[in-house]
Formats: sequence, C-alpha cells, structure tokens
Amino acid sequence: MNGPEGVRADPDTTVDTTVDAEGAPPADEQARVEAAARESAGRGKFRLPLLEVRNLGLLGVLVLLILAGSFTRPAEFLTYDNVVVILTLASVSGVITVGMTFVIIGGGIDLSVGAIVALATVWATTKATQVYGTGGVIFCALAVGVGCGLVNGLMIAYGRIVAFIMTIAMLASARGLAINISSGHTQTLNADNQTLVNLGYKDNFLFGRIPPLVIMFAIVVVVGWIVLNRTTFGRRTFAIGGNQEAARLAGLNVRLHTLLLYVLSGLCCGVASLMLIVLTASGTSANGNLYELDAIAAVIIGGTLLSGGRGTLVGSVLGVLVFTTISNIFTLNNLTTATQQVAKGVIIVIAVLVQRLVAERRAGADSV
Amino acid sequence: MPEPPLLVTRGIVKDFPGVRALDGVDLEVRPGEVHCLLGQNGAGKSTLVKVLSGAHQPDSGDIVWREDQNPHLTGPTAALRLGIATIYQELDLVGGLSVAMNIFLGHEQSAFGFTRRGEMNRAARELLRRLGHPEISPASEVGRLSAAARQIVSMARALSYDARLIVMDEPSAALAHDEVQNLFRVIRQLTAAGVAVIYISHRLEEIREVGDRVTVLKDGRTVAAGLPARTTPTATLVAYMTGRAYEYVFPPRPQASEGAPERREVLWVEGLSLPGVFDDLSFSVREGEIVGLAGLVGSGRSEILETVYGARRPSAGRVTLDGRPVRTGSVVASVRAGMGLAPEERKSQGLLLLDSVAGNVSVASLRRYSRLGWLDRRRELADARREVAALDIRPDDPRRPIRTLSGGNQQKALLARWLLKGCRLLLLDEPTRGVDVGARAELYALIRRLADSGVGIVLVSSEIPEVLGLADRVLVIREGRVLREDDAQELDEHQVLDLVMEGSPL
Repeated sequence: MNGPEGVRADPDTTVDTTVDAEGAPPADEQARVEAAARESAGRGKFRLPLLEVRNLGLLGVLVLLILAGSFTRPAEFLTYDNVVVILTLASVSGVITVGMTFVIIGGGIDLSVGAIVALATVWATTKATQVYGTGGVIFCALAVGVGCGLVNGLMIAYGRIVAFIMTIAMLASARGLAINISSGHTQTLNADNQTLVNLGYKDNFLFGRIPPLVIMFAIVVVVGWIVLNRTTFGRRTFAIGGNQEAARLAGLNVRLHTLLLYVLSGLCCGVASLMLIVLTASGTSANGNLYELDAIAAVIIGGTLLSGGRGTLVGSVLGVLVFTTISNIFTLNNLTTATQQVAKGVIIVIAVLVQRLVAERRAGADSV
Repeated sequence: MPEPPLLVTRGIVKDFPGVRALDGVDLEVRPGEVHCLLGQNGAGKSTLVKVLSGAHQPDSGDIVWREDQNPHLTGPTAALRLGIATIYQELDLVGGLSVAMNIFLGHEQSAFGFTRRGEMNRAARELLRRLGHPEISPASEVGRLSAAARQIVSMARALSYDARLIVMDEPSAALAHDEVQNLFRVIRQLTAAGVAVIYISHRLEEIREVGDRVTVLKDGRTVAAGLPARTTPTATLVAYMTGRAYEYVFPPRPQASEGAPERREVLWVEGLSLPGVFDDLSFSVREGEIVGLAGLVGSGRSEILETVYGARRPSAGRVTLDGRPVRTGSVVASVRAGMGLAPEERKSQGLLLLDSVAGNVSVASLRRYSRLGWLDRRRELADARREVAALDIRPDDPRRPIRTLSGGNQQKALLARWLLKGCRLLLLDEPTRGVDVGARAELYALIRRLADSGVGIVLVSSEIPEVLGLADRVLVIREGRVLREDDAQELDEHQVLDLVMEGSPL
C-alpha cells in the first residue's frame, strides 16, 4: 500500500549471518545484556493500564485535597451538589486542556485558547446567529474554534511563525474581535434557544444524577485518550514533539500534522464555548480570561514535557481536577481568589520539582 | 627519580540505579603526556570523564591529583579550579556570544560588576596565539565559526583556567582530516608545555599518531594500563577492548557472474544543483550496488544526500527512482517513492530519543499498522521484534527506550526502520560515526546484506578506508564537484586523499 515491498531481506535467512561473522559475544557480556532485558521486561509489568506511575503522585494530591475539603467543610464539600459544581467547572477547562495536551506533546503551545473561547461564545450568541436556532449556535461556536485553530496552524506550520508569537497574536486579535462584535456587552440567548440552556438543569441530568456537560467532558477525554494512545495520529504527535527533525526525515508530514494539532485545539475551544453558553445562557468577550494559563498549568503538573514528546492525557485531567478542587475548597472556606492564585502557584512549583526529581533519578540509570 | 604522576585513580566505582557504570578504574597520567583511553561504547569512558570533570562523584575508589589525596572534585567549577578541564563531545559553547566571552565564561574578568571587554579580548587573543590560531578573532561570534575553530576556542577556555590536564572526549569526531592534523599540532604544543591530555577516540590511527600511552577500559574496568601507544599491536588493543581479536572486516563483494543480466538503475540523478554547494550533478545507483561518496567535511557530500532525499530543495535537476520521477524538495514524496535516510547526526536528526526501540523502528511505516487511523500495536510490536532479532539489536527487547542502547545498536535500529518500510534506495550518512570497532563489522555486514537483497545504497563517510572497503563504486567529491568516479577496487586511500585535499602533498 505504500511503496514496493518485495525487496526486504527474509528474516529467517538473515538472523544467523551477523552472529557467525564474529562469533558469539563473551559470556559475561551476554549475561549483562540478558539482565538488562529482564530488568526492562520487569519494568513493563508494573505499568498500570491507564494510569502511569508518575500520575499516582497527582492522584495522591487529589485525595489529600478531598480529605482537606471534607475536614474543613464537612457539611458542604462531599455533597452531591458540590461535586456537581466541581465537575461542571472542571469540564469547561478540562476540554480545553485536552486540546492543549495534544499541542504541547506535539512540541507546540497555544496561548490563544482563552481568547478563542471568548470570540466563539460572542459570535455564537449574536442576534444574527441566534436567528438560525440552536443548531446555528452550535455550528457557529465550533466553526469559530476550528477557524481560529486553522489560522494558527497555517501560520505556524506553513508560515513558519513561532507558535508562541502566533498564538499571542491570535490571543490579542480574537479577544479584540470579540469585544468589537459584542460592543463589550453580555449577549444573552433568546427564548427560542433555550434548548441549550436546559442541558444545565437538573431535570435533564442523565439518570437524574449526571450533568450532560460532565458526560460531554468524559466523552472528549475518552476520545482524546484513544486518539493519543491508540491511533497513528497520536503516535505521530509524540514523534513530532519528541524530535521534529527526525520525524521529518522519517517521512512524516510534519507541517500538516502541526496544522491539525492547532485545529484540534481550536475545536476543543469551540466545545468549551458551547459548555459556557449552556452554563451562562450568554456570551461575552470577558469569557475565557486566562484559560490558557490554567490549561497549560494543568498539562504541566500532569507530567507532560513542555518541550514536547512525552505526556499523558490522564495526568492533564488530574491536573484540571486538582486545580478545580482547590478553587472549590478555598471558595467554601471564604478565602479570596487572590489566595487561590498563590496556592495555585505553589502547587505548580512543587509538582514540577517532584517530577524533576523523579525524572533525574530515572535518567541516572540510563546515562552510563 | 621520575616525575610523580599528575593524576592517579585507583579502583573507581560508580553505580547508577541498576547499572554499575564503573567497576574499578585504575589510571595514571603523567605530566606532559597524551594518555589515550580506549574502550567500546558502554565501557565507561564517558562516565570516567564525568568523574574527572567533577560532574559525577565516585561511590568508592581514590583519586590522587598532584600528590594530593582526595582532591576537592565536587563539581565542574571545582575541577576547573584544580586545573582539570574537559572538552566534551558536544562542544559546550554559547553560540550567540563572542569568542572572548566564551573563553572567560564563568570567570569573566570584571570590575564592579562590569565586564572588562578590552582586557578579556587581549587575554583571549594571547591564548589563541599560544594555540597557533591567531586568525580567530576574539570578537567574532562563536556560532559562525567552523567546528574546528570552535574546538580551538574550547581549548583556549581550558587554558584560561591554567589547566594542567585537559580531557578530550572524541575531539576528532566532527573534524575533517586536515583539521585533525591541526588539532594534533595544538596537542603537541600543549604537552610540550607540560600539560597532560587524556585523549578519547575510536580511531586507532589517531591514537598511534598523537598518543604516548594507552589505557583500555572494558565493562567499567581497567583491563590494560599504560601500554605504549605506538608499538602495541592493533590486534592486542582490539583483543583487550573486545575479548576477541579482529580488525575492521569488510564483507566480500558479490562476484559478477558472466552472462548475468545487467542490473537496473534504481536511482537516476540528473543535473541536480543546490546553489553555492553543488552544481549540475549527475549520477546513478544500480540495484544491489553500494555507491560511496568520498570527500572532506564541507565538500557537499551530506548536502547531496539531503537534496536527493528532498530535505533540501534543489534549484534545478531531476531525481528518478525506479524509472519514476520523484518530486524534489519533499521528504514525504521521496519516502513514498521508496527512499530512506540514516542521517549524519544520529541523535538530533534520526532518533526519537524519548521513544522505545519499537517506536523508532515503526515510525516510517505507521500507515501499515493503521486501520482507519487505529494503530494495531500488537502487530507493530511483533514486526519490531522480528527486525530487532533479524539485525541482532541488543538488548533484544523492542520496548526498551532507545536512548539506553549503544551507538551501534541505535544505528541498527535506524536501518531497521527502513528495512521494515521496505525501501528501494538507502542513503547512509556516516553510518559508523561514534560506533565501536566490534559493532562496525556488524554494520558493514548488514549494509552489504541489504545491498544483496536488491536495495541501492549511497554511502557517505569521512573515513576513506570505509568508503573504499565497503562501496562498489566511489565518487570522489570536492567543493560539490565529482572529481573522479571509479570502481572502489581501482582506488586506494592515498589517491583519494590526494584528490579531496586538492593535490596537496601527503
């Protein structure tokens, strides 16, 4: 299916030639090699199916937070209503974080996600858009997300503008455009388009318990996980992020793939915008403020290398949950958002420090 | 009474989790000598260098530096203060800074926090003059210098600390032939002034030329110490390194039998031009043929490979593979047409260092394991396992991170990548760089076997014996032009060297 294949050497006849050419390796070397092989095989067995070992630390943090929340606010924290609040808020930033995880593993960065969310919510809630009904709103939010991602991707992949610069430019202009379109006002959904808003009401919860937004988030995560870990697209993302030049020389279409990563991130922003519209029944240019930093922070404490090539989606999701839970606990305890910011900063630093230590201990074994 | 040794190490042991990197290294270096360290990849040379430079602390063993028991080797700066300077394989210079700033990086001459540029430039000029390179300006930007000039700057930096011992880890790996001679001249000047040099290289002929004594490491242990560098037979050295005795073995060329059908051309290159590098270049490669490109660094040989492969866009010319034209300037098109490249810089251009062996092998063939985008990982791993076994890649677990393999096995994994893809033309750029003697023979045999299976191969190497020994046909290249094209058996090393070095006497 790709290129002629008839000429490759027959493995059966090729196995022994090298060995014969120089004799068997000395016994002690053989033993070393075998020991190393056993070790690496053993290491593979300890890998948990979905969760990598390094995510366990983050899971521990989450458990500690839940304990802290239960102790400080026993009457409120672990109630059904509060858990729904946490998960719903986590859903919005979580969807964006999924896209961001792909971009960062692929060796890029997207600073424009917050601004794209603002533009998408505004564009999807203008009077002109609402004329087309709920379908029009949904289509418009997704199309704005994909469109902005497409512009980012085209400029980065084919215009060779550094991702950092291009997405800053998109950040500035998308938010500017959002303010322009809405004239700075909050645009509410009119009476014809309440179908979307109803998704936020308890009457429409699945089995009466599970909010549809959380289900959407779960679907995005599952699909994202499959794409990242079980498809060629995901594998290429790791390859390109790990070593772009090597990926190019191995024949991968690095530019097209980079373009697709930003489109994917834009699409996630579109989905998050819809969630915001559901939650607030409105669109405003103030939406999505600093979402880019939250998403990047969640990806980083989730164990993804900022330089690309390595990372997990599960880690990013745990990162989002950690941040949302902290905010929730602080709010329940009547602490200001300013204090929350400080706590967030401290957590980022500690998480990255711990990862560094773990990584260095591992690297020591390899650098012989 | 002879002078006391400059540096003595006894029984140095260094453990990393799960691996003992050094397991009893004894070394004795005298003032003013060039002491060569020999050993296969993984023998512990690099770890020893890191111990000497203060980057690693040994777990046990003694180091005596100028009769001082347990010197204060707690970090790179401490080592430099003691007078031990290290020049690493990958030069550790800051490209954007000037020559003088690089030389005095970390110990800038300053007054009240302001750098004294004039003073540093003067001191840098003096150091460069001492090294016999007054033509390097202290003000020029290091990123614009040649690899050879950068190495001189590294040495000037070592001297600026008044180093008594300079450790050079494969200094010649990035240098062309005449630049290596220059390096040797500088080393001789240094040793004449009483500075000792620990010289690490895979090239035995260099060790013979510049070295005084040789210490051989194997599996983290000293197996032979203080051998005379010039008179110890190669077979002995190789035997110490490997526990086996052999030299470079090139596989036999297939005999052309009478009446056999003429082999078809796999690759046609016609009138290919890359402005400023080469012009109107034409050559062809037949099925099963190994064509070698011999030339110095900078002769355009790597650029030729990269242009044929589509990694550079030519201004003119055509590339035809198996009779079908290939769009130039597109790697994707070249790979689809059936080309593969094992690039010059294995780590930065070839390997996905964060990935496993299997991931590195399958990356060019992912489409084969994809059904509607879904990756069949079981089949991918099975195929990778088969390639690993077929090429005898060690250790043989394809799930192992590729960075833990030796250079030779990493190179084999790159070949496995294209073998798995099933390509028609393989472009090999310096396939044995940084590969130890034992693994080289395996690679040679492997490359020949690939050719015998019908693949056309273009080979670039700075080691002329390698090109002559392995290739069927050789193109000698200087300044982007083919000076001579001949059967490899019709050429000898001196002729080729003469040609590539512009007729200078040798």
